[in-house]
Formats: sequence, structure tokens, C-alpha cells
Amino acid sequence: MHSHFELFGLAPAFALETDALERSYRDIQSRVHPDRFAHAGDAERRASLQWTTRVNEAYRALKDPVQRARHLLELHGVDVAFETNTAMPPDFLVQQMELRQSVEEAIGKKNPSSLDALRKNLDKAKQSLHKQIAEAIDTKKDYAGAAALVRKLQFLDKLDAEIDAAYETIE
Amino acid sequence: MALLQISEPGMSPAPHQARLAVGIDLGTTNSLVATIRSGVATVLPDAHGRPLLPSIVRYFPDGRAEVGYAAQARQADDPKNTIVSIKRYMGRGIKDVAHIENAPHDFVDAPGMVQIRTAAGVKSPVEVSSDILKVLRERAELSLQGTISGAVITVPAYFDDAQRQATKDAGRIAGLNVLRLLNEPTAAAIAYGLENAAEGIYAVYDLGGGTFDLSILKLSRGVFEVVATSGDSMLGGDDFDQRVFCWIVEQAKLAPLSPRDMRQLLMKAREAKEYLTFHGEAPITAKLSTGDVVDLSLNTETFCSITQTLVQKTLGPMRKALRDAGLGVDEIKGVVMVGGATRMPQIQRTVGEFFRRDPLNNLDPDKVVALGAAMQANVLAGNKPQGEDWLLLDVIPLSLGIETMGGLTEKIIPRNTTIPAGRAQEFTTFKDGQTGMSFHVVQGERELVSDCRSLARFELKGIPPMAAGAARVRVAFQVDADGLLSVSAKESTSGAEASVTVKPSYGLGDADIERMLRDSFEHAREDVYARALAEHRVEGQRLLEATRSALQADGSLLNAEELQLIEKAIAPLEKLLPGTDHRAIKQAAEALNRATDDFAARRMDSSIKRVLAGRKIGSL
Repeated sequence: MHSHFELFGLAPAFALETDALERSYRDIQSRVHPDRFAHAGDAERRASLQWTTRVNEAYRALKDPVQRARHLLELHGVDVAFETNTAMPPDFLVQQMELRQSVEEAIGKKNPSSLDALRKNLDKAKQSLHKQIAEAIDTKKDYAGAAALVRKLQFLDKLDAEIDAAYETIE
Repeated sequence: MALLQISEPGMSPAPHQARLAVGIDLGTTNSLVATIRSGVATVLPDAHGRPLLPSIVRYFPDGRAEVGYAAQARQADDPKNTIVSIKRYMGRGIKDVAHIENAPHDFVDAPGMVQIRTAAGVKSPVEVSSDILKVLRERAELSLQGTISGAVITVPAYFDDAQRQATKDAGRIAGLNVLRLLNEPTAAAIAYGLENAAEGIYAVYDLGGGTFDLSILKLSRGVFEVVATSGDSMLGGDDFDQRVFCWIVEQAKLAPLSPRDMRQLLMKAREAKEYLTFHGEAPITAKLSTGDVVDLSLNTETFCSITQTLVQKTLGPMRKALRDAGLGVDEIKGVVMVGGATRMPQIQRTVGEFFRRDPLNNLDPDKVVALGAAMQANVLAGNKPQGEDWLLLDVIPLSLGIETMGGLTEKIIPRNTTIPAGRAQEFTTFKDGQTGMSFHVVQGERELVSDCRSLARFELKGIPPMAAGAARVRVAFQVDADGLLSVSAKESTSGAEASVTVKPSYGLGDADIERMLRDSFEHAREDVYARALAEHRVEGQRLLEATRSALQADGSLLNAEELQLIEKAIAPLEKLLPGTDHRAIKQAAEALNRATDDFAARRMDSSIKRVLAGRKIGSL
């Protein structure tokens, strides 16, 4: 079993070579995609479905920072333990709760512009975490430290999803 | 000297002869069939030169079905037996369809999908759709002078699994080899993109007779990638007719209407809507069977105000698609308008204001989907050499998940995931000693199962008794290139394994489809046997060609023994193909398929290795 990085011929790093990934993804897809085998036999169609599914899944995982980091940490033998390890710094948790309250308030007041502001700040916080994770994994090789940062990033992703849901509720 | 080979007349096609492939737009109001002729996508007209086929089917007591303009002309005279807008009912239960009380049909609430009682018996929406498809297939075969080897049928991007399955089944019953279900906005993007050599991010706004789709695509040379899709599968031009109809009833203070009058006024409503596209005011006059006379005039202003909420309803999906794509309005390079309903000036205006640019209208909004489908069918049939074809990456419109404790949904594959997609999730038992688990597969975005669409229920039995939470049941979802889901579950602790594969409960069983296929050909007085033989021959020939070209390209991947096994499976198929035993041909083809299983997987692996090897050398 190849790692997702090997599948696309990339060096395993959190800082992603986006263009190279995209090129490689498209090259592989253009050879294995079911559209190439619509007139082929069942055997080839099955193999094509399996490969495309795998390639799509790997591509999606690498494009998503949380999943990419988890995959890298697993390759280094570090269990990120998202489900069991929920101990987070108290100040971080307090901050998260306040942000969630702000989302609730924006829904209550039907105020999309305050959601816009929340999203803008969230995007900044995520960018900064991405940088820190890249440094921890790619430069310092501090995998335990990286795992803690990835857990934080996951919280921010959840908040992001809540903001999306809030927009829908308001609309 | 080698002898020259001459094939029996009509038997063996020249190896480079293009396969006949068509694209079909199975619309709520109109349907079309298109193909590629001398390299150009063309809609195939009927004998009178008319490109559209009204999606209207009238049934007679002798079982006959009349489709298209003839049925349309009589819809007010025979409203109960003349089925319009059947697409609204595909894969739907009676409770799912809005305004069903305004449709003059005799509905039967069957499990899974609503059915309609007609003079020719109870018909499911799948059968009615297949009657429309059959007319299009015959039109294409007559016009192209041959058997159609495959068809691409378009569906609204926002169609759920049940609606897609129903459409594919309708295609099979109509005797079509369905190469692919293609999303309508994606088909339009292909036609538009190739026609205009467009590059960049485009939105497709597709408001048809009964469905609304909004897709955002990234177009680059050789790749069409859907980034996000959204929509409303219960919103279309029909709803604008309904609003006008209600306005007429209210203005004229009419008492409850007979089915005939209802149908007549709905037609008047639609005519008025279309008239208002080019005029400021539309006269509406009708004489009802009660003797009442309707004599009204609808102006643009009133029309806009009574349909304003419908136009506004398309804004939500537009915002949602942009959010899902992570894009702002200014990053969209152009908005392609698709579907007859986009002709309405208030739609053009609203879309223009939202995207802050003039919508693109340079392709006929009625034909663009069928043309794109024909282009894709041509690629899927293998008629385009590599390098001249393109790659299409589409997504699922709605999340797929499983019901968990407390009626909540656990999403397994989120919306806008590129297909084909597969993902698995582990579940466990709730009670000590529990030996069975029941699963409920749902599709939708809401947290509560009751707000999502139920696709299938199935049970997994034979789990060895263990403590609660000890069993490990892996539920795997697989979505294929048509956007169709299959689910399997497997328990894998203590060596015990059980697995089950489900088909969506709205889909018909294979036995149902075969029965319908038989019935339909009996009515058409077509020879079922001749048809089966022709199909299996085409299929067998296709397989032989594919296997030969695979051996030629990658025979080196096999050792002598493996090669011999495949050749041994080729020989009987080759021998049987000119014969008349269609079952034997089918069996020989299946045997060859099995014999090449391993070879196919190995070819795929080596093909990927070659891509990566090429890259490394290239980047040095």
C-alpha cells in the first residue's frame, strides 16, 4: 500500500506542492477514469472504479489540511487520537465557546455581515495554524507538538462548518 | 501469400467504424436526442423536422402509448390518460410531490414510487419515461440507420440516488445501453466550453421545466471539473405556470375545476408566460366546460410580482454553491444559462444582478444539454482518439449517510465529493449479545434522519454474541460514475464475517425490469429475441476488440500460461458470435470477462506507474 504522497509522486510534506498534486491527479485520472472504460469489459470497468475511487480519496485527503496532517503523522507512527484525546488548553476552549456564541448571536439577529467578519478572522487563524503545523512537521520534526496543533485546527474546521450552517439558517 | 479476409455482409464492422452513440436530454417539458455527425453535435429531428419531443405520453385502452406532439394536442380532452411532467414523479413518493392535487391524474400511492392509473393500466413513472425514451431511440435508429451502441442520458445535478436509479432503469427498459447518467449543467458546460474554448471558473444556471440546478465548474484545456453543485429538484418553469394558473382562478373567481378545465387553464397559463418573454401584456381567454368564460390580461409587472418568490428561491442555492466552492462572485468568469425557463426576463435580470455580469446566452437553452450529452457519449463510445478527448470530474449533490441512535444522521460521503467515491465507517453494537444490526441509508444535509431522504434499509445478521460495543461492523459506501450508490456491511471480529449489498428501495429489481422490458416489446410487436441477439453481439464484439487491443498494448504483462488462458476464453466467443444463440454468446462474454479480471487490474497499475515514471524523468 502506497502512501497518498507516493501515489502522486510527491515528497511527504505538509507544505503542499499544489500544482504538482493537481497535475499528477489529472494525469492519473485521465488514465484510470471510468469514462475511459465505458466500452471496455466488466473486468476493466471494475479495476477502473477501484482505482478512481482510491485516487479521488487520496486527492481529497491531501488537499484537506487536517487530513493531510493526520496522514503524515500516521506515516511517522504518531497516533493523533482525535476521538479519545480531547484535553485542550482551557484558554483555547474558552475562546472557542465565545466564538460559537457569536455565531449563535449572528443567527439570532439574522446578521450575515457579522458572520462575514467571523469567517475572516477564522480564515486568518487557520492560515496561522497551517504555518505552525508546516514548521512542526516539515522543519522541526516535532510530531507530538504537531498533533496538538492539528487538534486545534480541527476545532476551527468545525466552527467553519457551523458558520456555513448559520448562513443557511439565516437565508 | 496471406489470404485477404472478407467478412460476411453486415456482420463484422470495419474496426475503425465509429460506434453509434447518442445523448438524450430527458426533460420535464421536452426531450431531445442528439449525436455527432461528421464531427459536429446535432439534434436529430423527427420526420416532420421538429427537434423537440414534448415529454407527454397518452395511454389507450389497448395498451398503446402515443408520445409527443400528438399527445400534447389532446391533453385537455383526455387529461387522466395523458401524462405530463412525469419527471417530477421519478423516484418519488406521493407525499414528496408539490401541487400533486393540481395534476389531473389518478395517482396510486405505491411503496417507494407513486404510480398513475391509466386506460392502459397502472404505470410507474419509470415506464412512462421509458416510453418517451423508446421514441427517441427509434428516431435515432431510423436517422442513423443502425443499432445504437450506447446512450448518455442527462439528469438534473440535484437528483438524488432514487431519481437517478429510476432514470437509469427507464433507459434499460427502453432498450438502451446506458453508458452514463450525466448531470445536465455539466453537459451544458461541455457544449459551451468546447464551443467557446472557455477556460476559467464558470457557473451554470439551469432552470428547466421542473428542476433547478446551479453548478460551478473549473474549465481548463481537456478537463471539466465540477467544484460544487446545488439546486432544488422541485423548482422549475412548471411552478411559474402554477402561479399564473392560481392567479387566473382567483381573478376569474372560478369554482373547483374539472380535470379537463384544469389542464386547459394550465396550458393557457404556460402560453401567457411564454408570451410575456417578448411582450408587455398577455391576453388569457378560455371557455370552460361549465360555460364560464375567462377573459383576462396579465401584464409583466403582475407576472413578476406573483413569481417573485420563485425567482428568489434560486438565490439560496447560488450562495450555497459559492460557499461550498470557497469562491466569491467576482471569481466567476461567466454564467451560462440553460433551460427554457431562463428565457424569462426577470430570471436573466436577477442572475445578472447576482453575478454582476451579463449571463451567457449564445447557445440555444433548449438544446445545449442534449448537444453536450452527445459529445460525452461520443467520448464514452471510444470514438475520440486519446488526446482529443477530455476528462470529466463530477460530484454528488447531496450527502450520503447512515441513521444512528436517536434518529441522527452520520454522514459517510459529504456532498460535493468527486465521484466515483468510496468510504467506509465502523459501527458497533448497542446491547450485550446483540447478533443483528439494521441499517438505514439516507441522503440529505439535515441532522435529523426524518428530514433526509430514505434510500434503503437492510439488516446484517449473524454477528457473534459479544459485549456491547465490541463488535466491529464496517459499512462501506461506493458511489459509481453515474452517482449511484451501493452499500455493503461486514462484521469482522472473531473471524465471523457477513456482508450484504443493497440497492436503493426506490430502484426496481432486475426481475421487474426484465418483465417491463418484455411487456414493452410485446406491445411494440418487436422481436425480443432478435433484439437480445443484436445486443449481445454488439457487446461481444466490443469485448473482443477491447481484449485484443489490450493484449496488443500490454501483452508483455502476462506470462505464457496466463496468455493462453485468455486466448482460450477468446476462442469460444469468436466462434459463437456469428451464430444465433444469444444466451451462449452472453455466457462466453462473461467467461472472457472473468478470465481478464486480473489482467485488467495489472494493466491499470502499470499505467499509473508509467504516469509517475514519466513525471520524475520530466521534472529532472
